[in-house]
Amino acid sequence: MGKNLKITINGATVEVEKGASILEAARQAGVIIPTLCYHKDLCVSGNCRVCVVELAGQKRLSPACATPCEEGMEVLTNSLKVRNSRKHIIELLLSEHNADCTSCYKNGKCELQSLASEYKIMNQDFINLIPYHNYTIDMFSPSIIKDDSKCIRCQRCVRTCAELQGVNALTMSYKGEHAKITTFFEKAMNDVVCTNCGQCINHCPTGALVEKNYIEEVWNAIADKTKHVVVQTAPAVRVGLGEELGFDPGERVTGKMVTALKRLGFDAVMDTDFTADLTIMEEGTELLTRLKKAIVDKDPNIKLPMATSCSPGWIKFIEHMYPEYLGNLSTCKSPQQMFGALVKTYYAKARNLDPANIISVSIMPCTAKKFEANRPEMHDSGYRDVDFVLTTRELAIMIKQAGIDFLKLEDSHYDRLMGESTGAGVIFGATGGVMEAALRTAYELVTGREVPFENLNINPVRGIEGIREATIKIENTLKEWSFLEGVELKCAIAHGLANAKIVMDEVKSGKANYHFIEFMACPGGCLGGGGQPLPTSPEIRARRAKAIYAEDAGMPLRKSHLNPEVVKIYKDFLVAPCGEMSHKLLHTKYTPRKRR
Amino acid sequence: MKPIIELIKELADKHGRNRHSLLPILQGVVEQERYLSEYSMIEIARELDIPATEVYGTATFYTFLDYKKMGKNIIRVCKTITCSMKGEKQILLAIEDMLKIKIGETTQDGLFSLLQTNCLGLCHKAPAMLINNEVYTDLTPEKIREILTMYMNRKDEGENNVN
Repeated sequence: MGKNLKITINGATVEVEKGASILEAARQAGVIIPTLCYHKDLCVSGNCRVCVVELAGQKRLSPACATPCEEGMEVLTNSLKVRNSRKHIIELLLSEHNADCTSCYKNGKCELQSLASEYKIMNQDFINLIPYHNYTIDMFSPSIIKDDSKCIRCQRCVRTCAELQGVNALTMSYKGEHAKITTFFEKAMNDVVCTNCGQCINHCPTGALVEKNYIEEVWNAIADKTKHVVVQTAPAVRVGLGEELGFDPGERVTGKMVTALKRLGFDAVMDTDFTADLTIMEEGTELLTRLKKAIVDKDPNIKLPMATSCSPGWIKFIEHMYPEYLGNLSTCKSPQQMFGALVKTYYAKARNLDPANIISVSIMPCTAKKFEANRPEMHDSGYRDVDFVLTTRELAIMIKQAGIDFLKLEDSHYDRLMGESTGAGVIFGATGGVMEAALRTAYELVTGREVPFENLNINPVRGIEGIREATIKIENTLKEWSFLEGVELKCAIAHGLANAKIVMDEVKSGKANYHFIEFMACPGGCLGGGGQPLPTSPEIRARRAKAIYAEDAGMPLRKSHLNPEVVKIYKDFLVAPCGEMSHKLLHTKYTPRKRR
Repeated sequence: MKPIIELIKELADKHGRNRHSLLPILQGVVEQERYLSEYSMIEIARELDIPATEVYGTATFYTFLDYKKMGKNIIRVCKTITCSMKGEKQILLAIEDMLKIKIGETTQDGLFSLLQTNCLGLCHKAPAMLINNEVYTDLTPEKIREILTMYMNRKDEGENNVN
């Protein structure tokens, strides 16, 4: 690398780094080449062919995404030959695509649809092959709908599931005209090793993979006057939602989002960040208790490292892949489920409501949360703790349907009781955030001093590398924590399940001796979740992360234990972290599942 | 017949436990079992420590790696042009009539499955078919009856235990 070479694109000279593809060179030069199977998060596949370009001296067209630049190359991206071929390629893709666009969930968001529109594919020269295939729609999963009739076999989902997530729920099966993306033995998605993370949805160019939406159910609940509809919003939603509603990536729209939710008709708009803060109290206490039992009592049954349990994709992953390590998971529910359990107990009591009449809705950057809310064990309030889970995308659809001009909205505040949060709760939305929030509180609890980092920004745990490590030395502890004096707390952070796998294999082999590990199923953490606005790319995720940390820095309170509503809930209701009430409502257990 | 798990272990010992050894192992299992069951695919994936979907994707790609239960003897009648012109239809009819099965089906006793295949490269001796790894050429309905009777008799001699 480093050495530059020169090529010409449509006659103009471009200087590119050696190893760059024609596609990258073109983008650098401001020439747009359409793509479908290409995605910046994934390895190059070169199977859809819409990026074909003409090279001087070559009879055959070449795929721009899979052809490296060579010195002196003369590239034509818009010759008649390229145009005609590209148009034919799109027509051929459409002949095998169920182009029933008006009734498609992805209508208006489909990459194939926009290409067809761009190239004005008006005539259908090729026979529509859809009626000859006996396609079925897989709607069994509470999170993901898979419709093979809309699949163009670009395999972005297959690569996503294998490369980013290491799950391999999907594969390319059969061949030729019968080729299709399937699970093992074409089973339903909820019947195979799938974490419901939704990254396949995020990377699908068409409507073949979409989230199961609960928009109508929520509208019905809102319209039902006998129901009190409560909504919670996850940390990462506020930095993503704007993208669907006219803002650039990385714009914080917290206040506008709250206003919009109130206008939609929710009876109370509260914040998942509140239960994120609560999670820190519970999980931090759990970690310190485990350390004490391991170091002081030398209890051999204590499992370390302790792993975080906020990400439902990660939970399903470890249940499948490392069921023998379920004891290492924190027993804390995710903030969503803590919130759900509290809404129908603590909140209902405080507001004098019958929990049977409360509908609890959550807005999540996540599709796995839909599965999580559906788990049989998530009924600790005596009712289903979270009734409906909507993704950021679904919320944007509702806001548009309601005719709200989002750009012009004024800001408003979350409702009281479970709407207050600190910066520590906000950063749950980024990879490393749970770790940072936990350290801010745990360190202070143990030493009586703030974490020794400028402005409480624990930079070693931030970043975008897939796996990060940090060591924090605990010194001058308070008396009751003296057993931790001089202990070097070893932490690790992994995001993307492929990275989680690497860390877990190290733990398994005994090579790693961490105390505490944060795992997030999605690349970038929740801000890159399977329910976030499309498109996604490393740059967009980086901008969302910047927004999360800016939101944190702008909060008056930055440490979970200072959240006044958290203090209040322990005083009025829960008594103490990891106490009896907490264990009933805020903690859970896990289910070992089959690896294959 | 060896238990499948043992067979897979043996094949993995012989061919290695990486992705490259997947195909020979699949072939080895098909050689004994005639097809790849869900169970054997999961066991192969476990043995090689690769995802089960990868085994499934590979198995479904290759025509000669069946993933549905097959009979002891798999008949594959060539369906390409030359054989078709020289009486493939009659051959199929003769087999269907004698075994009382249609293409894609297996006889009740589990002795035969009837499939079609692409060109076997035996156009000069068309029509042609395969039974397992044996090639039969210049077929006529009479010849079909002889050949199939021979396979049926093997069962009587106890060489053809179906379990």
